Amino acid sequence: MTARMLCVTGVQPISPLVTRFRLEHPDGQALPLFSGGAHVVVEMPDDGTLRRNAYSLISDPMDGSGYEIAVRREDAGRGGSRFMHHCVRPGDRLRVTMPTNLFALDLTARRHVLIGGGIGITPFLAQLRQLQRLQRPFELHYAARSRDEAAGLRLLPALPQIHVHISSEGNRIDPGAILSGQPLGTHVYTCGPVGLIEAVANAGARLGWPKAALHSEAFLAPTPGKPFQVTLAGSGRTIAVGAHQSLLEALEANGIAVDWSCRGGACGRCETRVAACHGRIEHHDHWLSGDQKAAQATIMPCVSRFQGSALVLDLQEAQ
Amino acid sequence: MPATSFTPSIASRPVYPGLVSQGPIPAIMLARAEGGAAILDMAARDPLVMERAHLIFIGGGSGHGADLAALGARLYHRAPSYAACLERYRKALRDAHMGTRLYLAGTEGLIGTAMAEALAAGFAADAIQSEHRGPVDRRMQCVHCKGITEDVATDPFACAHCGLTLFVRDHFSRRLGAFQGVCVDAETPGVIPDMKRIRP
Repeated sequence: MTARMLCVTGVQPISPLVTRFRLEHPDGQALPLFSGGAHVVVEMPDDGTLRRNAYSLISDPMDGSGYEIAVRREDAGRGGSRFMHHCVRPGDRLRVTMPTNLFALDLTARRHVLIGGGIGITPFLAQLRQLQRLQRPFELHYAARSRDEAAGLRLLPALPQIHVHISSEGNRIDPGAILSGQPLGTHVYTCGPVGLIEAVANAGARLGWPKAALHSEAFLAPTPGKPFQVTLAGSGRTIAVGAHQSLLEALEANGIAVDWSCRGGACGRCETRVAACHGRIEHHDHWLSGDQKAAQATIMPCVSRFQGSALVLDLQEAQ
Repeated sequence: MPATSFTPSIASRPVYPGLVSQGPIPAIMLARAEGGAAILDMAARDPLVMERAHLIFIGGGSGHGADLAALGARLYHRAPSYAACLERYRKALRDAHMGTRLYLAGTEGLIGTAMAEALAAGFAADAIQSEHRGPVDRRMQCVHCKGITEDVATDPFACAHCGLTLFVRDHFSRRLGAFQGVCVDAETPGVIPDMKRIRP
């Protein structure tokens, strides 16, 4: 992955759990522009462990003076967001990959319906700017549990196309009502909790929406699980994967290079061939098809785990 | 007449997988001549598909009109030609919303033009179903003069507009709803291959 050191130039709490970070080139050079929905992966040297988390860019895609991300503190998470909240200060340097977009707008659409739940509002903040610049018709629905938690309220511009749904105030988001009666050529994009993505997918299926018009991005962090071991087919070396470590992180910690991009089970870059599998792969990704998952011939080491007696990966050690 | 089976070709050659009912959701159906039988077959498999359907049928002397009228579509309209029902079809497309399905049945010329119209109206390609029935004659665009020749049955053929002898390609334009015809003797004027009947 192409990455560069960027300087933290702003740390701004938005809500009790969400903080905005601004990253700029240390010499003030312009950064590459991006498209709405793009993310970067931030490397966090946390006390001997190198953590890498993907964050959607929330700043203007046409503004190369800096990148902004909004990070929600996950106290039960693996530690990346806690590191960002507790350890990162203005003036610090962080290694950040260049933007990649796995959740781009389909610009052949005639109308865009954006549905963000909780911190899932982040990719839409950049897409909003892109849609406004392109003067494309859109509407945005933002769902949050309570007004205190709704960091998006402070990040969203005041526009008539933006609708806020706060469930604690009895205004729960209703995907069926949003999707019904939309004109031809509408595309819908959902980002947020899995439940919201499923609710929109189900409403779309019930109303006869074509699959190509339904887009979603789940915020997938590697789920912790039981420790396990893998063996490298090339050298026969055995590598232990800890309970709170992903297989990809364990491979990296042992100096084994695996190509990666999103680290969230969506992009397919780290797909690794399985030479032998005696047990069950716990597939957590959105990349492999149901048949591929059942075949157990490939694994996405960024999010997936293993239980059983032996998993041999078709990986060579770097010389 | 059963659905046509085609020989495999290049990726841009359209395929017509056949009509599969999507249930009682809003639908526009457009069929011409033998294409009417594809609608009848689908409705026999799932009568509910007609519940919210707007069916436009161009008879073409096929004799399916009475059976189609009896299917109980929400709206049934019989037209003498595609041109005669084009404004009705366009209005139906304009009034459609996400979730409306489109079913097209008939020859490649009808499916191609009707699909181009629907795509331009904002229909997603995967919201459109099609089934080929009837002759395999093609709707061809001359890449030189841009004129359209309907119901081309042989390869090569003479462009109805500029008169060039055109080779029938499998290269299909979704925007135009037509295949591309290219001058067959541009390099060697007058040397024209034997005329063959177009294969399915």
